[in-house]
Amino acid sequence: MHVPDGFFNAVTSVSAGAVAAAGVAVCLRGARRELDDRTAPMAGLVAAFIFAVQMLNFPVAAGTSGHLLGGALAAILVGPYTGVLCMAVVLLVQAVFFADGGLTALGVNITIMGLVTVLVGWAVFRLVTGLARGKGGVTLAAFLAALISVPASALVFTLLFWIGGTAPIEVGAVAAAMGGVHLLIGIGEGVITAVTVGAVLAVRPDLVYGARGLAKPLLLRGAEGTTTTVGEPEPVPVRGALKPFLLGGLGLTAVLAGVVSFFASSDPDGLEAVAENKGFLDQAADHLFGGWALADYGEVGGIPVGVAGIIGVGLVLLIAGGVAYAARSRDKIKV
Amino acid sequence: MGAGHHHQLYLPGGSVVHRLPPQCKLLAIFAFAIVVVATPRERFWAFAAYAVLLGVVAAAARVPVTYVGRRMVIEVPFVLFAFLIPVIGLGERITVLGLSLSVPGLWAAWNILAKATLGVAASILLAATTEPRVILIGAQRLRLPSLLVQIAMFMLRYMDVIMEEMRRMRVARESRGFEARNFRHIPVIARSAGALFIRSYERGERVHLAMLSRGYSGRMPIIQDMSASAHQWATALALPAAALAVLGLTW
Amino acid sequence: MVNSLEVRQLAYAYPDGTQALFGVDLSIARGERVALLGPNGAGKTTLVMHLNGILTPGHGTVAVAGTPVRKDTLKEVRQRVGLVFQDPDDQLFMPTVRDDVAFGPANAGVRGEDLDRVVKNALDRVGMLEAIDRPPHHLSFGQRRRVAVATVLAMEPEILVLDEPSSNLDPAARRELAEILRSLDVTVLMVTHDLPYALELCERSLILSDGVIAADGPTRELLADAELLARHRLELPYGFAIPAV
Repeated sequence: MHVPDGFFNAVTSVSAGAVAAAGVAVCLRGARRELDDRTAPMAGLVAAFIFAVQMLNFPVAAGTSGHLLGGALAAILVGPYTGVLCMAVVLLVQAVFFADGGLTALGVNITIMGLVTVLVGWAVFRLVTGLARGKGGVTLAAFLAALISVPASALVFTLLFWIGGTAPIEVGAVAAAMGGVHLLIGIGEGVITAVTVGAVLAVRPDLVYGARGLAKPLLLRGAEGTTTTVGEPEPVPVRGALKPFLLGGLGLTAVLAGVVSFFASSDPDGLEAVAENKGFLDQAADHLFGGWALADYGEVGGIPVGVAGIIGVGLVLLIAGGVAYAARSRDKIKV
Repeated sequence: MGAGHHHQLYLPGGSVVHRLPPQCKLLAIFAFAIVVVATPRERFWAFAAYAVLLGVVAAAARVPVTYVGRRMVIEVPFVLFAFLIPVIGLGERITVLGLSLSVPGLWAAWNILAKATLGVAASILLAATTEPRVILIGAQRLRLPSLLVQIAMFMLRYMDVIMEEMRRMRVARESRGFEARNFRHIPVIARSAGALFIRSYERGERVHLAMLSRGYSGRMPIIQDMSASAHQWATALALPAAALAVLGLTW
Repeated sequence: MVNSLEVRQLAYAYPDGTQALFGVDLSIARGERVALLGPNGAGKTTLVMHLNGILTPGHGTVAVAGTPVRKDTLKEVRQRVGLVFQDPDDQLFMPTVRDDVAFGPANAGVRGEDLDRVVKNALDRVGMLEAIDRPPHHLSFGQRRRVAVATVLAMEPEILVLDEPSSNLDPAARRELAEILRSLDVTVLMVTHDLPYALELCERSLILSDGVIAADGPTRELLADAELLARHRLELPYGFAIPAV
């Protein structure tokens, strides 16, 4: 469901782009911290893997099939930072090299299919593994994380479309429909993710990022079958604790819900939906033959739309920069 | 949506468009897409002019129109969605062939179809005239973070390798009589996905090893560089400039 | 003279707790060509990964040309140990053969014409000069393996470590690679379970079994000891016999 050009108005596209850029910037830093100089090849290969499994079509119900998004899977297998990077690169490559997904919609695509799926997936995963431990807990958490990440992504898409989309829709009904259909797809995503994680756990448990930390002391085997024990291995800490991700998710939600809607809804399309609900039909009809381009309508609430847009983009950048800065200062405290 | 993904779009050639430095083409296409998206949907003539502009680029690049047309199938899912909007849209309704359709919804559908089509066509032209690795060099010139460029480079290098592994696994499954038909078969596919992940991850580790063995320290050595002349920039940016002029003229 | 490679009491376990090495001792003198034999799962690959510091020993030491492998010497060690992987696709990660062979020297700071010369020289040594501008995935498997050797040769390593060099090669490619390896004037450690290939190329062999060195001696003698081979799950191919010394 790669969004093409023309789905969202220019302001929403640009602000989603800023959100995506800030998210990717935070994750570049985080992934480098986790993977060091392994980041490029590891993330590259995992991105190629995600690209491949996105082509796995699975039967949903009679006659229809869905395909994997892979955000939750990526988060659980390689960690949230690297997961976001992989998703972002997959979407970038699909847009630029395969013309799949609009260039101006890249920010929207990375936000809804990269940031939202990975953040929601990881948050759910950490919550559930906090409650249910062991391999069973990991599998259950993987299922729920993937299950919820898909409708969450669809709902954010609907929300964005409502405030910055180019079509007037009944947001409640569309959200219910999108959420419902994607909950069904989410079951497929959940089963695939859980079984995939389980299969990796069975063979190379050390590769599952979300399930680290089992190690035994070393044995030295002598010539006559004698054994000596040396050294205790250091436990590998699970990075990417829940808190920064809840904070990150909260920040993202705030940016999307607050700032974007503030100035994106200065676009009459979004307003119109509200107006319709309240019965101001004449206003809406008026709009029909007006334009909606940036700075086309004189002013909204006394502020010229163009200026509002610039202020909005500035605010998004400020908040995004703040998130990035917060991530960096947390980093310093840890080290 | 799976179909069409794995085919590289690059069409080798030596045209003016092929020879332009990648950073110029990337920026030009991106600017063009923004102009298209910012165009009010009532300006029918502007959209027609944009299509003509892309036609000129295609002709200069010697990319057959049928080639672009065939690759447009990627758009199909959203065309279907666009047709749905007038049905579920709000506002004044008209009746067409017995169907009650929302007028703003029709406008929205037209808007999405026109802009998405132009956007996809522009992207196809970029991908058809520029080798993937060269696009990456261009992206690096445009200050895309080097780490992202590297990740994309590795992804492109190993995409085919991993798809080939996936294909072999499918052949192995099917040669033993397995075919995914319903929901119960998902676990079998997922276990293959697990195996594929392990292979991909381990390959990533080995690639990293191979890089380390040859002195990699987090930074790609610049082996090939491409700089663009002012003339090349002007040639490439003629496309978005023309689009902008069209937008101004139809104002 | 300092040995090219010196391994002492090396033990290692993977993060999941599986221990692969249980105290490995070995040394290889400069200019030697040595085969490291052993069945699957003996720990050969794990050992190789310690040689250039990919894995950090749980216990024991590794030294390359007298330099101990430690965090602060990694960069130096990695340029001295030329690792050729079993799957050339792992080694050839750049978009073209030229970029790939240039990767190592360019990281070491070689630029411009010097770089070009180094690249062409390395490709020439493996007979792949004509493939310089092709993407690796358009080459045959045997060609890719030769280019993989070239990428490492361009680094001018102290010791060349080859992981299963003969695997997946057809007979002609196998012979060509053997000729190339014999023509190189460099210390070689060849990890394999292709016993005839070891005999053809290496005077001396080591047998790694269950994470320790179980035997060390002239290849011919080790391969003539049927009982020793059987004990470590090694077998000569059907119809192959070691001629009496």
